[in-house]
Amino acid sequence: MLSRDDQYSLKKTPLHGLHVSLGGKMVPFAGYDMPVQYPAGVLKEHLHTRSAAGLFDVSHMGQLALRPKSGRIGDAARALERLVPQDIVAIAPGRQRYAQFTGADGGILDDLMVANFGDHLFLVVNAACKEADEAHLRAHLSDDCIIDSLTERALIALQGPKAEAVLAKLCAEAPAMKFMDAGPHKVAGIACFVSRSGYTGEDGFEISVSAGDAERLAKILLEDPDVRPIGLGARDSLRLEAGLCLYGHDIDTATTPVEASLEWSVQKSRRTGGTRAGGFPGAEKILAHFDQGASRRRVGLRTEGRAPVREGALLFADATSVEPVGKVTSGGFGPSLNAPVAMGYVPTSQSALGIKLFAQVRGQRLAVQVAAMPFVKNTYKR
Amino acid sequence: MTTTLYTSDHEWLAIDGDVATVGITDYAQSQLGDVVFVELPKVGRTLKKTEAAAVVESVKAASDVYAPVTGEVTETNAALAAEPALVNSDAQGAAWFFKIKIADKSELGGLMDEAAYKAHTA
Repeated sequence: MLSRDDQYSLKKTPLHGLHVSLGGKMVPFAGYDMPVQYPAGVLKEHLHTRSAAGLFDVSHMGQLALRPKSGRIGDAARALERLVPQDIVAIAPGRQRYAQFTGADGGILDDLMVANFGDHLFLVVNAACKEADEAHLRAHLSDDCIIDSLTERALIALQGPKAEAVLAKLCAEAPAMKFMDAGPHKVAGIACFVSRSGYTGEDGFEISVSAGDAERLAKILLEDPDVRPIGLGARDSLRLEAGLCLYGHDIDTATTPVEASLEWSVQKSRRTGGTRAGGFPGAEKILAHFDQGASRRRVGLRTEGRAPVREGALLFADATSVEPVGKVTSGGFGPSLNAPVAMGYVPTSQSALGIKLFAQVRGQRLAVQVAAMPFVKNTYKR
Repeated sequence: MTTTLYTSDHEWLAIDGDVATVGITDYAQSQLGDVVFVELPKVGRTLKKTEAAAVVESVKAASDVYAPVTGEVTETNAALAAEPALVNSDAQGAAWFFKIKIADKSELGGLMDEAAYKAHTA
């Protein structure tokens, strides 16, 4: 339970008043008072996002600008490559890429989005890590970059199959954007940074807007009959069905990008034999995992019954063995699948699709099977 | 003539003779949100008062349902396996969880009547 002092010290996003007026059930999340759901409830909010369009307030996330002191964007990109195993230099102007800050032992300090805005890089980081990320950037990149924490901005996600049509009415350029395009655009006449990305597996957009314009923009979007407000509960079930990692649960300082099955996010140029191989924290361990394999992997899990298998459940090789072989890191009920879904870490030798394992739930061993992710096919506009 | 009593953990009991029908309150279902799975105790199991007897799962989380009194489970509601959402639509009616043969009626003394429960959730 939170003490009264903690409740009073919770931060509010620029859309807090709107959430309350929409009947949002407010809960503490990463130091913010956030809507976990609205009166429609998690199930309907989830399904609405998959069939029409959902509006999410993700203003608690951190937004930062990295401006090269030299004025050359390549210098900021090369500087950031000292902290992440991704190819940042190759991000073209107007494009965005998924990245991770890694630690000296190869673990993941946070995951983030990096966009090239022409004269600077624009970063979106997790709420719970944003102070640490900013300090990390200042400690390592201050010689090369001016680091601006964009605290006076809100972030609104519009996700789902109708997102494009909704946004097209307010931003003529939106339909021409492809997945992971990012840049400044006017939405309803308001200056924004718009990217075609999200955290649901659906096509959609993330819109960064100044705090002062955020509520006006959110209300304009919500006027569209296809758009409904979606809380953090459905945000979590949507990303779980999409097979996307939640920092602090599915990835953390004890997991490398290879263990986390995020190899796709590390470009060849940063791997062994690449043009800029290594040179990021933990490179020795991470590249060894690339070259020799890691002993465990993050996999998707499906159950046979309807009982959800949740975070923390231990995984066993058979119904009676004593020693666990792995652990569930995220799990719950997938409303679009109408079935439980989970992800967790298992030995690489037992990570092939179809491998049968057992999850311990309330003292019982439930049969689970390693399954392909995403659980729900993503619909990105590539 | 049945009497309905409530626990501070948001279970209801409808008492008919020495058998209590047990479920979760409408307040509890509204707090849980959309129920997607219910796990019920086995018929014949003897439950101790306050022991975890059943589990109700929403999209987001699992919650225990406690035995409000000590006794033997005599019947469970098979309808909940097929339609867990009944808990949301009719928590204090069709979505009863189990029936229990009350071992010691003096345990009922610590439970709340409807007015006290309303005050408890106000």
